[in-house]
Amino acid sequence: MGSYILRRLLALIPTLLIASVIVFSVVRLVPGNVLDLMLSQNDYSSSSRDTRGALEEALGLDQPLYIQYLDWMGDILLRGDMGNSLWRNTPVIEEIGARLPVTLELGILSLLIALAIAIPVGIYSAVRQETMGDHIGRSFSIIALAVPNFWLGTMVVILPAMWWGWSPPNRIEPFFEAPLENLKVFLLPSLILGASLSAVIMRMTRTMMLEVLRQDYVRTAWAKGVPERTVVLRHGVKNAMIPVLTLVGVLVPILFGGTVIIEQIFRLPGIGQLLLDSVNSRDYPIITGIFLVSGVMVMTVNLLIDLCYGLLDPKMRY
Amino acid sequence: MHEALVQNTPAAAPARRRGKRFEFMGRLFRERPLGAVGAMICLLLLLTGVFADVIAPAGYNAINPIDRLQAPSAEYWFGTDQIGRDVFSRIVHGAQLSVIVAFAATTLSIFISVVIGVTSSYFGGRFDMYTQRLVDGWMCFPDLILLIVAVSVLGPGIWQVILILGLLFGIAGSRIVRSAGLSAKENVFVHAARSMGASTLRILLRHILPNVMAPIIVLYTTRLAAVILAESGLSFLGLGIPPPTPSWGGMLSLDGRSYMFQAPWLAIIPGVALTLAVFGINMFGDALRDLLDPRMRGGGGRYVAQVRRKPKAEPAPVNAQPTSSTEV
Amino acid sequence: MSESNLAVDTTSDPATLDSTALAPDKANPLLRVSNLKTVFRQGDSTVNAVNGVSFDVRRGETLAIVGESGSGKSVTAMSILRLIPSPPGEITEGEIEFDGRDLLGMSDEEIRRIRGNEIAMIFQEPMTSLNPVLSVKRQLSEPMEVHRKVARKGVLKRCIDLLRQVRISDPESRVNAYPHQFSGGMRQRVMIAMGLACEPRLIIADEPTTALDVTVQAQILELLKDLTREHGSSMILITHDLGVVARYADRINVMYAGKIVERGTALEIFGNPRHPYTLGLMESMPSLNAETGTRLRPIEGQPPDLSDPPPGCPFHPRCRFAVERCKQEMPPLEQLSEEHWKACWVEDLNAKRQS
Repeated sequence: MGSYILRRLLALIPTLLIASVIVFSVVRLVPGNVLDLMLSQNDYSSSSRDTRGALEEALGLDQPLYIQYLDWMGDILLRGDMGNSLWRNTPVIEEIGARLPVTLELGILSLLIALAIAIPVGIYSAVRQETMGDHIGRSFSIIALAVPNFWLGTMVVILPAMWWGWSPPNRIEPFFEAPLENLKVFLLPSLILGASLSAVIMRMTRTMMLEVLRQDYVRTAWAKGVPERTVVLRHGVKNAMIPVLTLVGVLVPILFGGTVIIEQIFRLPGIGQLLLDSVNSRDYPIITGIFLVSGVMVMTVNLLIDLCYGLLDPKMRY
Repeated sequence: MHEALVQNTPAAAPARRRGKRFEFMGRLFRERPLGAVGAMICLLLLLTGVFADVIAPAGYNAINPIDRLQAPSAEYWFGTDQIGRDVFSRIVHGAQLSVIVAFAATTLSIFISVVIGVTSSYFGGRFDMYTQRLVDGWMCFPDLILLIVAVSVLGPGIWQVILILGLLFGIAGSRIVRSAGLSAKENVFVHAARSMGASTLRILLRHILPNVMAPIIVLYTTRLAAVILAESGLSFLGLGIPPPTPSWGGMLSLDGRSYMFQAPWLAIIPGVALTLAVFGINMFGDALRDLLDPRMRGGGGRYVAQVRRKPKAEPAPVNAQPTSSTEV
Repeated sequence: MSESNLAVDTTSDPATLDSTALAPDKANPLLRVSNLKTVFRQGDSTVNAVNGVSFDVRRGETLAIVGESGSGKSVTAMSILRLIPSPPGEITEGEIEFDGRDLLGMSDEEIRRIRGNEIAMIFQEPMTSLNPVLSVKRQLSEPMEVHRKVARKGVLKRCIDLLRQVRISDPESRVNAYPHQFSGGMRQRVMIAMGLACEPRLIIADEPTTALDVTVQAQILELLKDLTREHGSSMILITHDLGVVARYADRINVMYAGKIVERGTALEIFGNPRHPYTLGLMESMPSLNAETGTRLRPIEGQPPDLSDPPPGCPFHPRCRFAVERCKQEMPPLEQLSEEHWKACWVEDLNAKRQS
């Protein structure tokens, strides 16, 4: 198992490099824009060549691209410095760090809720195929997949306000100090975000369970006289969870994307809000920083998922 | 065991005169009625999009401040918004926009997926490895964040949105095409074609591509829905297609939130339109996949055979003579 | 249609190739199948996989069921344990008596208690019949846990013991391994060990060696033979391979299109096949003794469509002895000697035999 973890970590490095190159190049795509915007925003008296040139030099934009890249990566890796916000001149790291916990909590809660709903329902649906429960579960997932989560979120915010004058609570208490208050704020947003996620996971779980239950080894289990519940849970679920885990890995990036929208609707001060504000104010260092951090987070989650594979599937371990 | 039995039954029901198309339609309606509903919704969407100018009573930006914030009525079927535009007309034009963006972006994305996926799987080796690394790196990023960043660089606008969506989904989808391509490559006739000296392009087009068609078709329908949701999400955040162009997502955007308290239909109707469209596409896509993939039929049952015997007749008196027994 | 005729003659000791120590008891067979009919419903069509099959299995004997794919032999075996998946499958007629109990009339729970316990089944595909994510120990101990409450400590020892019985070397370490770490032959041994765990009275082996190499096949079959003899259990051996049958079976049922077309001791079937299908099977076996250049004689034609079988004898389209009556009437099983039965209108195959 140890060597498996090591191999996974090593495989991560080239991916990290490529991701960082992508981040770097995307934002550098149109350097002219950046400069012009900065100039207009910071209100230099005249965009004379000199000033522009000076600014270029100051930002290191006159250097060849690969040097810029190395500088940038060097700053990040060695000093944890992603530059400063153009607006507030505070380190990007700080800005992101302040908001990261909110997004993380939202994401984790949503995923947990989604799994808690989807997996049992999916298993039940597969085992009791074509029964009432199956149809209800599938109908729910069909609808949940079609409803855009931003619409659902908006409805949930607007309608209660209209009908009962109720708004979702907004003040976030740190989790470890006041867990109940904290959860009250996150509950509704997580439910909404988790809903569409659970639909996808449920369908996959059901499909994989059906697939697994048709396998020969399940027939062997029946032939041994194993009771049905054990067949499903011990023989079926463990095998079916492997591809479901893959799916969760694919969904995590989508989950992060969803947090942006949900944070916006529920006015939660997370990374999503920061990103949107930065886009509006063209605060490129922050945009770049968030971009990079999001990539790293996804990679970390994928690593964790790979580790879970090792737990579930003995073929990976030996 | 069951498979051995399937061998014995004729491959299809008695041969039909009609062409494959009609048979497919028939199967769709009979076996997957929900999919048929989805297909009809898709058709409705398509027609509305194509004939938007004819169907909508007003242009999408016909400002009419006198009639602002009217509830749905006979005159304004879906009511009016905060500057008096007819919501029904905007919805209809929004359908047109959705259709255009969806098809354009999806086609672009499928094209990219196929090019990357097929070449990567077919040529294999280092090319495949490098390409897959690039795809890995690309797929590290949450899709919405990638979209937002790209928009921040390229600026809002319909062509930018199409390009970005096509690129994003294209690279993501290449994985699926690649795995289909890998299994197609293993087929005997590919080896045969190669040994006959067929050119690479010919092999790719005539042998690999047709075998990857089924997953591609299914991918196309899922992408359509995903593109519509993604575009509306971007527009919702104010980063997609800029107003006054009526994107359904844009109509739900937070700028209008304050008005939604007074006029809830502004919030409800575009959402319903979106839900319906995505629902229809998903249902149709699901049904398509079920029909194209024969393995899924005949679900696995519980392995406890049900016994339905006819009630036994009176046993005939035992015949003491060991002559030929009767065996039905 | 009752099979009471079978029980009339109570003398025992049929001639077998391999004289076993036990004398199978005709009057009180371990298993008796009467007029079994199993169907599969798929959409509009109904496939009559097993179409009126009757036979018995005596204590201590090895009964072979021989036929090509689609003949219904596997479905027959699975019907005994009611292992047919039930949305498409259904048992529509018949009785199956195991040691005096009617298996078909039992509840789900009752049949569950027999599976793996008194009747065990070994499947054809060792590669896919074992659960890849569970250890061998887990899978071996499962029938014991389910049917007998065995103490935890005893379980491990018993598992190792079982592995040793099936001649797997180094069982102490092997017991904790996973299926993918075993070769095909060894996996089949594990399957056999699983089957033996609760010391069943009847073992049903469905093509146990078809998926294995030829050299391994012989080992597995020898193993099965030894084990059944040691434990005194009966075995139903299902196969399409006549070579296997010749060495290891006491009596043979030949099945075609869901029916038994000939039945007899191994000596009778091989020495004096009386059904054209049996004859065809014999003739189509390549022989080491034949001269080089001798052509193989396959049986022409295809097996019938089981959802829409032709009237009369199901074999007649492929039968070179067929007469008019064969096309119209289904021949009943006719007794030729004490154990030898055939279902054919043609009296004497020798008169018409060419070659």
